[in-house]
Amino acid sequence: MDKPFAITLDVGSSLANKTGSWRTSRPVYLDRLPPCNNACPAGENIQAWLFHAEGGDYEAAWRELTQNNPLPAVMGRVCYHPCEDACNRGKLDAAVGINSVERFLGDEAIKRGWKFPAPPKESGKRVLVVGAGPSGLSAAYHLRRLGHAVKVVDAGPMAGGMMRFGIPKYRLPRDVLDAEVKRIADLGVEFEYNRKVENIRDTMTEGKFDAVFLAVGAHIAKRAYIPAGEAAKMLDAVSVLRDMEGEEKPMLGRRVVVYGGGNTALDVARTAKRLGASEAIIVYRRNREKMPAHDFEVEEALQEGVMIKWLSTIKNMANEGTLTVEKMKLDEKGFPQPTGEFETLEADSLVLALGQDVDLSLLEGVPGLAIKDGTVQVAPNMMTGYPGIFAGGDMVPSERTVTVAVGHGKKAARNIDAWLAGGTYEPAPKHELADFEKLNAWYYTDASKTVRPMLDIVRRTSTFDEVVSGLDETNALFEARRCLSCGNCFECDNCYGVCPDNSVIKLGPGKRFEFNYDYCKGCGICVSECPCGAIKMVPETI
Amino acid sequence: MEMQTVKFYQTGTFTVGNRLLDENERSVQANMERTNSLNSGHRACQGCGEALGARYAIDAAMRVTGDKLIAVNATGCLEVFSTPYPETSWQIPWIHSLFGNAAAVASGVAAAMRVTGRSDVRVVAQGGDGGTTDIGFGCLSGMFERNDDVLYICYDNEAYMNTGVQRSSATPPAARTATTMAVGKEPGNVFGTGKNVPLIAMAHHIPYVATASVANLRDLEFKVTRAMNVHGARYVHIHVPCPLGWGSAPADTIKVARMAVESGLFPLFEAEHGEVTGRTRIRHKVPVTEYLKLQKRFAHLFGKTPDQERLDQIQAIADKNIRTFGLIDTELAHG
Ligand SMILES: Cc1ncc(C[n+]2csc(CCOP(=O)(O)OP(=O)(O)O)c2C)c(N)n1
Ligand code: SF4
Ligand SMILES: [Mg+2]
Repeated sequence: MDKPFAITLDVGSSLANKTGSWRTSRPVYLDRLPPCNNACPAGENIQAWLFHAEGGDYEAAWRELTQNNPLPAVMGRVCYHPCEDACNRGKLDAAVGINSVERFLGDEAIKRGWKFPAPPKESGKRVLVVGAGPSGLSAAYHLRRLGHAVKVVDAGPMAGGMMRFGIPKYRLPRDVLDAEVKRIADLGVEFEYNRKVENIRDTMTEGKFDAVFLAVGAHIAKRAYIPAGEAAKMLDAVSVLRDMEGEEKPMLGRRVVVYGGGNTALDVARTAKRLGASEAIIVYRRNREKMPAHDFEVEEALQEGVMIKWLSTIKNMANEGTLTVEKMKLDEKGFPQPTGEFETLEADSLVLALGQDVDLSLLEGVPGLAIKDGTVQVAPNMMTGYPGIFAGGDMVPSERTVTVAVGHGKKAARNIDAWLAGGTYEPAPKHELADFEKLNAWYYTDASKTVRPMLDIVRRTSTFDEVVSGLDETNALFEARRCLSCGNCFECDNCYGVCPDNSVIKLGPGKRFEFNYDYCKGCGICVSECPCGAIKMVPETI
Repeated sequence: MEMQTVKFYQTGTFTVGNRLLDENERSVQANMERTNSLNSGHRACQGCGEALGARYAIDAAMRVTGDKLIAVNATGCLEVFSTPYPETSWQIPWIHSLFGNAAAVASGVAAAMRVTGRSDVRVVAQGGDGGTTDIGFGCLSGMFERNDDVLYICYDNEAYMNTGVQRSSATPPAARTATTMAVGKEPGNVFGTGKNVPLIAMAHHIPYVATASVANLRDLEFKVTRAMNVHGARYVHIHVPCPLGWGSAPADTIKVARMAVESGLFPLFEAEHGEVTGRTRIRHKVPVTEYLKLQKRFAHLFGKTPDQERLDQIQAIADKNIRTFGLIDTELAHG
């Protein structure tokens, strides 16, 4: 008993008092699904690649990105980025410029010569891909990385499909496309061009292919019956854009009228301007709200001097190029109805941009297929009614965009891989959505979107230079750092700091955090103050 | 005092840490080796703002002094929940004497260090608003006036919480406490009295006075660090919500504190030798109702027919603070 006066017990630590027993609910860490990822038709893990980009590790970012999409430099130019429409940052100031960062990463990869790793092992299976467009390229890439031998055949002279023969150069420079195709070829994918597959089952047997992915696209221009004089110059958008890739540029004249309201109509009108037309007029039967073309493309086209005649249909085209146009009005249901009012329009040429059909001739005689509205029906695993024949891209029912096509290619590849192994592909269950309400937005700094510098309008209309130029390194880094990391811990240390009970254990860089449930009283401050919504409270079960 | 210098990072310096910042730009609380001066196992309620504020402040002071720090504690929740005999949560030398004498005991400890040649060992005194603005006020004023080398930290939860939420001279107007019930013609605490101890501390012309909040860690650490880098009498007054006494959700502790700052009701400023030398700007101004409605002690102001007159009076207090301390940067939209 050599304790001081009136002291009877040894000094103890409050660690003996396990306050965790007070708790009625406990915080748990989780990853939620960021809205951008959720909206991406190619299934990119956007938040994850932005995470690397934020730290300036662009190669890691690019590698994460290409887990899902082998064409970032193309995507960064032609994708309509539904991710940005869904981006939570849009509710704060403006959406993160995901697309421009993607393009920066894609360009950086080309500049630095980054390559894909060889597949870890060969499966011994052979897969044929018909069509070297976005869907075919994507499928070929994923199948190859999964270890299969892949051959791509295409009826055209080069790879790219609609990316080469449909999208104008001013939106997608060909050296960019070539570089990303070459990288896929370097992975060991075999390409054969100028070969049209006549009968798919024969081709499969001859080449001893175990499975096939069809992605022939939709290249046949839809026609509309427009009475026209012998000498009237009527063309279709598909061939105009395809001819832009050849030696002989199409001759459209000084006054060009384009009929249609989709992105293709805009592409043709903008191309005509660049070919020297003094007037490029789009005639469309409905109004701007109903126009399927994307807003920013309409905006850019108008800036370039393209004119648009709304609520008009073309009745006929006389020899000298005089078009008779009827004014329309929308009925209550929003359908255009004739008004009986006519006017005339002078044109050196009329280009029809009324949509495209699929050439399904290679499928003749294949049993079990379901064809509807000119497209091949596929099961959720992208397989047609014939075992081993999968299909995707514009030839199956879907929204016809490059990104959707790339997504189909990936999905088909994963299912083909499973099917070849005699199983079925089970995608990982989706995490719950990290919507804006799950965030504590107070913590994010204010910063406005770095707008991609636009090329001077004059320069843009007279050349085929790219219209939208890229971000430089500092811009790209800044843009990436605007990401809120929705639903996914980015190690801001808030939980570790704000716990009044020291019940959060910091595990160190890259390792995130852990709760010490011995002392956590379940107050939930960490959940409230987590900026990105990566913690939630769950009731204790006693 | 503007902490936000690195504009381009996701969260700048608003979060506790930030993986994109240099190690030396991060907060003390982000450090894996922080002292944890007030350790786990303490008996504070769920979501206690005072426990949080004390760890923030003392860990920061420990870093500045190279762990050579003694703390003197007044009676109150912080003392009671951290030291039920024979346990302690304190991982630093710590002494408690009485409710009203913390400033005097700290003056004595500082003197003892000086005469024993341990001038490297620094002293903090800490207490609640009751122990500081009421019963300990005489000792505090004396400590200021003698310019003793002590940092006094007041954890202001705006009432005597430990004995069951009785009104103190720091209780805000209209607030319901056990002794200012929400009944009668003027429910809750009276308007027009109370005492602003940071301003009174300034009137002693001591070297350093600051207000801080658990809602702004960087600001709080900055101020404790500054305070510890000077000698003489210093005073830091920290706003710490009390879920039990205020009737707020434990998970909302920091949010409540943030709304007090963002509405202008709790101005964050610094003063040197009696003059205001810095203020922390409001980032996103909110009406006082955003703060009040989170707390049951103000519930009588809302309900079916809100007490607009009193709400306006409280708003007027916030607006006056914003004007007096220049809390909104008029050149920038937000600071
Ligand atoms: C001289 C004296 N009077 C009364 C008490 C009882 N008492 C203990 S703590 C306390 C209230 C403390 O209030 P405050 O200083 O605001 O600290 P809080 O508990 O709110 O953190 C009181 C009245 C006491 N310990 N000593
Ligand atoms: S802020 Fe980042 S994670 Fe959130 S939706 Fe936008 S890009 Fe995706
Ligand atoms: Mg108190």
